[in-house]
Amino acid sequence: MVIVVPIKQVPETSNVQMDSVTGVMIRSGSKAILNPLDLYAIESALRYKEACDARVIAVTMGPQSAMKVLKEAIAMGCDDAVHISDRAFAGADTWSTSYTLAKAIAGMGKVDLIITGERATDGDTGQVGPEIASWLNLPLVTYVSQLIEMRSDSMMVKRMTEEGYQKLEVTLPALITVLKEVATVRLSTLKGKMRAMDMIIPTRTVKDLDVEPSYLGLKGSPTKVVKIEQARVKRDALIIEAMEADKVPDAVISLFDFLEDKQLLEKGESR
Amino acid sequence: MNDVWILAEYHKGMIKEVSYELLAWGRSLADSLGSSLCAVLLSPKIETEKVNSLFEYGADVVYHCTDSSFEFLNCATFSCALESLVRERSPHILLGAATTTGRSVLPYLAVKVSSGLTADCTSLTIEKETNLLLQTRPAIGGNIMATIKTPEHRPQMATVRPKSKKPLKREIGRKGRLESIPFDPLWKDERMKVLEEYIHEGNESSIEEAKRVVSGGKGLKKKENFELISRIASCLGAAVGASREAVDRGWIGYSHQVGLSGKTISPKLYMAVGISGAVQHLAGIKTAEYIVSINNDPTSPIIQISDLAIVGDLFTVCGEIEKEFERRKVFS
Ligand SMILES: Cc1cc2nc3c(=O)[nH]c(=O)nc-3n(C[C@H](O)[C@H](O)[C@H](O)COP(=O)(O)OP(=O)(O)OC[C@H]3O[C@@H](n4cnc5c(N)ncnc54)[C@H](O)[C@@H]3O)c2cc1C
Ligand SMILES: Nc1ncnc2c1ncn2[C@@H]1O[C@H](COP(=O)(O)O)[C@@H](O)[C@H]1O
Repeated sequence: MVIVVPIKQVPETSNVQMDSVTGVMIRSGSKAILNPLDLYAIESALRYKEACDARVIAVTMGPQSAMKVLKEAIAMGCDDAVHISDRAFAGADTWSTSYTLAKAIAGMGKVDLIITGERATDGDTGQVGPEIASWLNLPLVTYVSQLIEMRSDSMMVKRMTEEGYQKLEVTLPALITVLKEVATVRLSTLKGKMRAMDMIIPTRTVKDLDVEPSYLGLKGSPTKVVKIEQARVKRDALIIEAMEADKVPDAVISLFDFLEDKQLLEKGESR
Repeated sequence: MNDVWILAEYHKGMIKEVSYELLAWGRSLADSLGSSLCAVLLSPKIETEKVNSLFEYGADVVYHCTDSSFEFLNCATFSCALESLVRERSPHILLGAATTTGRSVLPYLAVKVSSGLTADCTSLTIEKETNLLLQTRPAIGGNIMATIKTPEHRPQMATVRPKSKKPLKREIGRKGRLESIPFDPLWKDERMKVLEEYIHEGNESSIEEAKRVVSGGKGLKKKENFELISRIASCLGAAVGASREAVDRGWIGYSHQVGLSGKTISPKLYMAVGISGAVQHLAGIKTAEYIVSINNDPTSPIIQISDLAIVGDLFTVCGEIEKEFERRKVFS
């Protein structure tokens, strides 16, 4: 069977620059890493591979530098990697990103399972996974916290919800998005690292994909960023010194006054 | 038509509270547009009075489609039903909750109806000149606020976090138009089946839905001490959160982790106990309304982002807080 794992390169810290005109992120400058939540998608695919003998393909859409995260995926044990990159894809929103990724995946032949991370730490939408499923008309299971049974034609998983969790079964092909709880991530091996180093990863551009040009990139995105503002970071911190034990009771009274003043103590509608 | 729609949520015979919050968001938009506010409810058979509560919380119209396959979320089925409704009636705006349901169905639907979707909006307003929806959301770990428009595609779709708005005051007896939508068997997707559902014990509310969250970090020092957080939380009627340090040490499960690789939450009150406030942690709480912290290091970043910070030993301070709750119980 074939498992595809879409992974994303994201900026390392929250210290990112934005172009105030286009509203698009300026990636140069900050260090880029593999989206930490995508490690769990890779790990899930590798466990599947061990259970059902699958070929795991990591795919990313991003600039030339995103090749680095694909090498990381190979070092962990993925079999192949595909890099999707073209100026035409730049500035895509989730709708357009998922379209491009879905087209690339559709071009890979028979794919049994797609596993994405819960969300990327930069865009923070969690939409790309479900949208890929929709483009490909696949059944979708989100927030998977455990792979209970892995078979080559179906799987049983645990899915988290607000109320608790569900145990459910889905036939393949399907797309799942996984949570951090799903598995402990393995380290890459020396052998894997060597393989990654030697591997030549192909880059696919617009020419290689069967895509509708008007769906691509910033132009093809239904949503447009119209304004970027700095978020309110500092608050008017009222700082109460209570290092000495005798100052603690007064500090706690001030805390209760504050909570009362802001109506944060009301019971009843606690949830 | 300039109608504003919300996707109501159902669970086990009940309409979920977040549906009423969505109606509050939708009401102000519908009023600015001078249009109708419509709630879409996909559920198994449910008591009439529950359906009517949607009117009492602000809906003018309810589109109700009943079928047993709506008992549990199946994105393909839900999306088919919504797609058919949207195509027939062309709403201007469609809002959903940023819950495990809304965050799954709406992106699936966005592709089917070829429209954009903006996740986790903290503010939604109508631009006067164009009647377009201005969607503001935090991005990049809450460091920036981006305002987004969907100029050409309809409906304009957005999700909002639970607890980010209070429901309107319930107007008992307020009426509206109920339209029953027949279920088309072709919508039913058989590829996915929920076999069992496990529901958390009563008081373990999820941190995303909680109005108040009390979180503990590495400052608690060991697992047994983490109990302290649960006790303070229960006094306050709050859910329990944690920093990654606390989760990684196994003091509490991952579903409680707040931050970049955990959950992003917008409670009314966030109380951080023994948490330093690393950027990755702060990323999860930037949109909390009030932040209170207890930390013995005056240079901790959490202090700067707090509305009220107590600089002191968390064990002494929390002990005193518990005592104060006791005293108040006696006197009330
Ligand atoms: C990619 C990535 C993703 C991450 N995602 C997350 C995430 O989602 N969530 C998250 O929380 N972290 C995340 N982190 C980790 C983050 O960087 C911090 O390491 C973590 O938040 C620190 O947790 P802490 O505040 O509990 O511990 P510490 O930073 O060790 O802070 C403990 C605090 O307790 C105080 N303290 C100690 N003893 C006492 C006492 N007796 N009384 C009062 N105060 C006391 C100390 O002054 C200190 O400020 C991530 C890191 C990376 C690299
Ligand atoms: N540019 C991309 N290339 C490959 N996969 C992506 C890309 N963007 C998002 N994804 C996948 O979709 C998930 C959700 O991302 P997001 O919707 O941006 O929060 C990520 O965890 C990745 O698995």
